[in-house]
Formats: sequence, structure tokens, C-alpha cells
Amino acid sequence: MSTTTERTVTVTVNGVPQQVTVPVRRLLSDALRHDLGLTGTHSGCEHGVCGSCTVLVDGAPVRSCLVLAVQVDGSSVTTVEGLSRSDHQGGEVLHPIQEAFRECHALQCGYCTPGFLTTLAAGLDARDPAVPITEDEVDELVGGNLCRCTGYANIKKACRHAAEQMRTAAEATR
Amino acid sequence: MTTKLFGEPVRRREDARLIVGAGRYLDDIGADAYAAAFVRSPYAHARVVDIDVSPALDVDGLLAVYTYEDLTGPMAEPLPVLIPHPQLTHARTGYTLVRDVAHHVGEAVVMVVAVDRYVAEDAAALIEVTWEELPVVVGVDAAEAAVHAVHPDVPDNVAARHHQERGDVEAALAASAHTLSFTQYFERSASMPMEGKGVHARWDADDSALRVHSSTQASTSVRAAIAAKLELSLEKVEVIAPDVGGGFGVKIMHPWPEELLVPMAAIKLGHEVKWVEDRREHFISSAHERQQRQEVAVGYDDDGRITALDVLVWHDNGAYTNYGIIVPINTATQLCGPYDVPVYRARVNSVYTNTVLVTPYRGAGRPQGTFVMERTMDRIAQERGLDRLEVRRRNLIQNDQFPYDWGMTFQDGRPLVYDSGNYPGLVDKLEALVDWPGLETRRAEAATRGKLLGAGMAMYVEGTGPGPYEGAHVEVLGSGKVLVSTGLTSQGQGHETVFAQLAASELGVPLEDVEVTTGDTRRFGYAVGTFASRAAVVSGNAVALAAKGVREKALRIAAELLEADPGDLEIDEGLVQVKGTPGASIPLRTVAVLSNPLRYAFDEAARQATQFAGPGDDSKPPIAVGDSPGLEYTDYYSPLRSTFAAGAHAAVVEIDPATWEIDVVQYAVVHDCGNVVNPMIVEGQVQGGVAQGVGGALYERMAYDRDGQLQNASFMDFLMPYASEVPDVDIDHQETPSPLNPLGIKGAGEAGVIPGSAAIASAIEDAVGRRIAAMPISPTELYDLMRSDGEQVPRLPTATGVPA
Repeated sequence: MSTTTERTVTVTVNGVPQQVTVPVRRLLSDALRHDLGLTGTHSGCEHGVCGSCTVLVDGAPVRSCLVLAVQVDGSSVTTVEGLSRSDHQGGEVLHPIQEAFRECHALQCGYCTPGFLTTLAAGLDARDPAVPITEDEVDELVGGNLCRCTGYANIKKACRHAAEQMRTAAEATR
Repeated sequence: MTTKLFGEPVRRREDARLIVGAGRYLDDIGADAYAAAFVRSPYAHARVVDIDVSPALDVDGLLAVYTYEDLTGPMAEPLPVLIPHPQLTHARTGYTLVRDVAHHVGEAVVMVVAVDRYVAEDAAALIEVTWEELPVVVGVDAAEAAVHAVHPDVPDNVAARHHQERGDVEAALAASAHTLSFTQYFERSASMPMEGKGVHARWDADDSALRVHSSTQASTSVRAAIAAKLELSLEKVEVIAPDVGGGFGVKIMHPWPEELLVPMAAIKLGHEVKWVEDRREHFISSAHERQQRQEVAVGYDDDGRITALDVLVWHDNGAYTNYGIIVPINTATQLCGPYDVPVYRARVNSVYTNTVLVTPYRGAGRPQGTFVMERTMDRIAQERGLDRLEVRRRNLIQNDQFPYDWGMTFQDGRPLVYDSGNYPGLVDKLEALVDWPGLETRRAEAATRGKLLGAGMAMYVEGTGPGPYEGAHVEVLGSGKVLVSTGLTSQGQGHETVFAQLAASELGVPLEDVEVTTGDTRRFGYAVGTFASRAAVVSGNAVALAAKGVREKALRIAAELLEADPGDLEIDEGLVQVKGTPGASIPLRTVAVLSNPLRYAFDEAARQATQFAGPGDDSKPPIAVGDSPGLEYTDYYSPLRSTFAAGAHAAVVEIDPATWEIDVVQYAVVHDCGNVVNPMIVEGQVQGGVAQGVGGALYERMAYDRDGQLQNASFMDFLMPYASEVPDVDIDHQETPSPLNPLGIKGAGEAGVIPGSAAIASAIEDAVGRRIAAMPISPTELYDLMRSDGEQVPRLPTATGVPA
């Protein structure tokens, strides 16, 4: 008895074109983790509430446990492994929110962290960096993901810190 | 000296890998492993009549199905009672797979192994179990009534009658000027780490060796349990706790059935097998904690000083007592907190119910005890017309009363003796931090906005750092790298950073040179585990002692080479040097090379240690009698008793009288955990604990219905706080060192959660003027309370967690 039908999905993951053949019922989170080996994306609840598995699909935060892999055919997916970028010398430059998480002690066990980082990176990248971030914006950005360790204070602090770093950087290039 | 690191807010060494998605959690291991899934009991109490696995056998990719009938030897026997106690007279534990009767929803009945989890769940869904339902017991009240029994040979449902006593409480109550008696309820919550449990096992048939990864807080003991249950020699079993996505207590319970079944399947199938718990499984088969009914009688004098306290607690231990009565003992022994209660009796009846077993969740019985003591203080304040801070001040243990011997036995089996503390100092700091005298002004201001404002406070003392011991190994390599290992595990507490700080500080090397490994039995085999706020105290002191041993050996070797007295040497930035004599120095890495006399020069550095490299002392052997090669040292720290941390919390709430929504607008913490190794990490622990305290006070509960079905077994329905629910926390510190250990530290992990429910209940009561005698409390319950008649407790739970 077999219940599986497979499809080949073409998807750009962290800038790299990929083709992956998966059962049609395969969750995007499982395809990223188990078929592509990108284990930075974590499953916390598998019912779309905790946000640990958040990845960016065409730039927007998506809960990868609520999306089938076949649904991202033709899309571009960014996981936590893809938030950093190469600098001119070929080194890795972390996204300001990644640096801020370390600086502000915004993680403890680190399990929910990739979901926060992808969500906050997308949110911070989408705003005008020259405008100081407001507390309402911070609450909005941080408010959709669960963390059991930190009590969120340092995650909010990291969000402010990253926004400030991005503002300084934007001023420097002006 | 540039290497002083103790007390510095050093940034965490764990973070570099965790912020780029390069952590290695349980499910990141074993990409080619077969997957296990479980058929679990859908009934809270039912007998297995028949298991028909045949419909599953046609599923493509199915590899194996196991039921109780497939278990042999020790695997067919009940799971161990981990912490036996003479008062645990009726201990009962389940089997790795249900033998005949399931005692709670979620108990594993059948294990299925298949090529992947999807297929394993397909097969599990096709297995048909025929059940005969049995009567269900839910909640402490039903357990006490004992109309039905959870275990037929325990007809009164009482697993243990725990008893602690100091003086003749009945005589003291009779002699008291005033007495009060009342009953309170405290509800179930759970650790609920973001990563559930998980196990991966690899059997090496050529070597007859088993390697197990488990998301556990106790890898050495899991190892011993696997060896015993699977009848393997201990040295053929290794257990590693990889990056663990939170624990908070639920992962100190072991061996979980899956920790035994997954290795068993890996051996039988000759292939890696993995099981990763999903969230629903975690809700219905991993441990919960906290439900108690508390019957309190207190006597006090005209000034509000307590003269006697008598507490009878009915404690729900769920279906089994694998973890013994640690939680009841904590409630009984930690209940009095910072107060000088002259005559005291605690009786805790630990009772069976047809619900998930109860084992420690951060705080472990202390939040409940604190709820008794602090609500008692508030009642005395109300009765005597005293300020709540004042009544506490009058009852506090004073600084000259330490060590304060309670004459009772703590959860580690050692005497309950408070080592040190400054409790009046905590109250003074809290009063200032929350601006207690300014509260009436704030109450009036809130009223102009149509809000009911109230403030509450609560204090606690937490026994931390219990033994029996932890150990550490420190080794300097020829590269200069310093390897530190301890058997105790990590779940996000920053041990890699803190232990590196301690080793670098003791040894005089740059922090970057230190690498820390925790929870890996291949590196360190003797350990107890991470629980009871003990890592920094017990492993921390062991790391410092082991590093000190290495330092002494390094100075001894370097002294010979530099022709100096060891007492004239120091190590700074990895260089051993003669104090005050520039140039007279030798790198520690060279000392490491020379500490191991060699025949073979396997690399350039090794040449220095070979037999023809330089003149030696021919009158002595290359390794002195009693000495050993290598710059390494192993040491252990075994505390005499627990250390006792303390703190005071205050909460200010605003309540909307239209919706009865409760908003915590200020939360203040004064915290004393002795000397602090890394203040950034300690503050993080406090903030995280407070969030769990707020969750437990206002949002979280395990809503079992009368049939023992958990009605809210998902993150949709079990309301764990998001950022929007957690207040900002103002923190002030006090440092009263412990005289019991060389570093003077006390534990910090659990403190933040302990007084949350007590402080918030006090604040709500202050805001609305109605007695709050059951926690948590929702807006609906508060609304119902306000419509009821005053003082009485309107919510009389007929089943756990379900509002009447």
C-alpha cells in the first residue's frame, strides 16, 4: 500500500537554485530540514503558532510548518542560514539582527531564535532605516513568536539595537 | 591582569553557532535514521483488550511494530522509581509500553518504526487497539474522595504522606492570640520547552556499542538506565545531550519510555532510529506540575508575628511517581521562605490521578509553597491592619540568625540549614525599586483612567546547588587550547560561557582559548544532572577546582624550567612568568608539551618533549612517582549542603472593570544568588523566569476534563505568554556570598518563576478587594468572582483546570 505521490519542486533557497523531489504532503519545514539539510529552521509546534519555523518566502515571513513544499515551487526561500551575506572580501557579514541577538543576550536555548531572526530581519529590512524605530513597531515585530527562555525583554532590546545600527549605517552611506 | 573574568557580563560563546542556524539539536542528528512513532492511549484509564497490528503491515516503508509482548528481561519490568523515599510507601510506575492498563491519555502502547515519520504515523494510525474503559480520577479533590482508584492496590490514591515538623503545632496554635484558617488551589502548568523531547540511537554491531543522543538534562543517568534496561555493559553505551532547546525540568525526568525503546529498536534493526516528540505528544505524555489544594492554619500575635503554621497539602502527582516525592518535599521544606516561623508542620499527601505524571517544572513545588506563605502574610496584614511590607519585616529571619537551622530534612536528604542571607535588605531594595510608598498616588491616577490599580509582593528562599556532586576535567593541549568538560548538561543557561569564564579566570588564559563540553558521557562519565539551580554552584566549583589543579601542575613544571620557586610564578594571558621579572617566562602551551615526555616527534611542537631534545635530570624517571603525563586535572565538588538563594518580587496590575482584563504594568525583582559569575546571564535567567511566573499566574493551565482528556493540548489553546503578555522587569541585585563553596555562589536558574503567582494574586486582590485564593486567574474567572459574594472562593474545581 502506498499513499505517496511525488513532485519535483524548483525553488531558490538562500540564493541557490535547487530542485528537490518530495512527496506532495511534505511540509516545507521538513523539506528544508531533511531534504536540503538546512537544519537551522526548527519545528516548535507544527501547528503554526510558535513561529520557530519561520522562513522568508519571496521576502515575506511564512510559517514553514503550515506550507507544503510543493507550494513554494518557483519561489525564493530564505532561511536563517541565508540571513548573512558575503562582504567584498568574500567573508560572511551577519545581518544586524543576528549581531544584535548576540550583543543583547536575546537567546538562551536558541531553539526559537531562527524564527525570530528571519521575522525581524524581514521587518527591519522592509522599513526606512533612517527613521528611528518606535516601541509599537518593536512590539509588532516581536509579538508573533513564542520564546520560553528569555521573557522577550532582550529580544525587544536586540530589535531596537539592530534598528539603531541600521540607522547609523544608513546615515554613513548618505 | 587582563584575564579577570569572574563577574563580567561576557557575551555568550554559544551564540556564534546558534544565530546562524548551525546549532545541533536532536532532530538535526541522524539524517538517515529510521523514524519512530507511537500509538498512545486515547483514554485516561482503560484496559487493553486487543491490539490488531495487521492493518498496518501493508504500509510501504514499515519496518517494525513493537508492543509490550515484544519486551523482554528488564524492559518488560516497570520503569524505575528514580528517587526512593521512605514516605513514598505506594510508588507506582508505568511500563515502557502499556502492559495491560493505561493510566493516562497519551501513554505509549505501540511503537512503530518506518522509513520516515510520515510513514510511521500512517502505520500507527492503522493499528487498532480495543479498550475497556475504567473509571477516571481527575484532580486532587476526586483523588482524595477516592470513589475510584487509579491503581487498584492503592485504594485511597495516596502515594505518599510526607511530613515535616518543627515544634508542637497544635499546642502552639491553641496558645496563639489570633488564628486564621483557609483553603487555596494552585493549578497545573508545564515546562513546555520550545523543543520537545527526542532520542536518536546508533548501534555499532562490529563494536557491540550503542551511541544515544537524547534531549535530556541528565545524560549520565540516562546512560546508566539504558545499560541496565537493555542489559548492556556501561562502557558500551554512550549518551550525549546535544544542543537542547530548553528543559525547565521536564527533561530531568528519565528514562522516558522512548529513551529505552528507540535504542532497543536501533539494536534490533541494526540501523539508526530516531524519535522526535511533536507538540501534542509533549502535552499528553511529558510531565506537568503544580496542582495542589492547600489547607492552612496560622497563629499570630497582636503585632502580626507568626507563632505557628500548620499546612495540609493535597498534591496531585499524576498517574505515576517515577520522580519520587521531590516536589512535595520542596513545597513542605521551602514553604516558610525567609520567615522565622517558630512552630511549623507540613503534611503533604501526594495522590494519584489519571493524568500525566508530575515531575519538577522550574520552581518544583516552591511556587506553591510561596503561594501559601505569602498569601498568609497578606491575610495577617489585613487582619492586623498592617502594611504588607511591615508584616513581612516583623517576621523575617534576621542577618545574625545565620546559619539558620530548621531542624528539618531537605530534598537532597541533608539538613535544611540556610547558609546565608540578608532578607531585610531585599525588602528595603524592593520598597525603593517599586516605589511602594507612592502606590496610593498611582492608584488614584489609574482611577481617573477608569482602571483598578493594585500592587502585591512576595518573597522566597530557594534551596539551590544540591549535591551529591559534579566533576570537571581541564586539560591544556600543546596548541594552547584549554579543554573543559563536565558531565552536567545544558539547555540554554550559557554554561559554555560561564564555565569558560571560571576556567580562564582560574588558569590565567584568554577566554578564546577555552572550549567547554557538557553532557557528553564520552568526555565525562560521572555527573548528576542539571536541575535545582545547581549548575553554576556544583559544576562551577568543580571547574574552578580542576583548573586550579592544572594551574598548580603548570607552575610546578614551569618552576623547574625557569629555575624559580612556583610561588614566584603567575600565569597571565597564557604565559607563565616570574612575577616582576620581564622576559623570564614560558608559554603555557609549551608547558603542556613538556608535561608529556615523548619518544616520537609527531609534530614540530612535540620535538621539544622528545628524549634527546635537551639535558634532563638522569637521577629521576621522566615521570615522577605519583605524577602523570599531560597538563590535565580532574576534580569534583561535593557540597556539604544546599545553598539558599532568596529574592523579593513586586507586581503592579491594572484591571479594566469592563473586561476584567489584568495587565501587569510593573514587575520588580530584587535577587540575591550570592556572588555572580556573569550578571548578563543571571539577569536573563531572572527575566525568563518572571515570564513563566506571569504565564503561570494569568494564562497557563492544563485543562483536563472529567474524563481525563486534556482539552487544551496545543499552543492554540494553552496560552503561553507572547511578548505582549510579559511586562518589563526592573531588577536590582544583592550579593550575599555562600560560605559553603569556594566561589561563594548560589543558584539562579529557577528563582524568577517562584513568587510570580503569589505576587500577582496579591496585586489583584489589592486592586479589586476580593479574596484571590486560586491561581491562575483569567478575566472570566475574575468577572465571576466580582459577581459572587465577597470572600468565598467561587471556583471550586470539580476537575483539574476546568472553571466551574
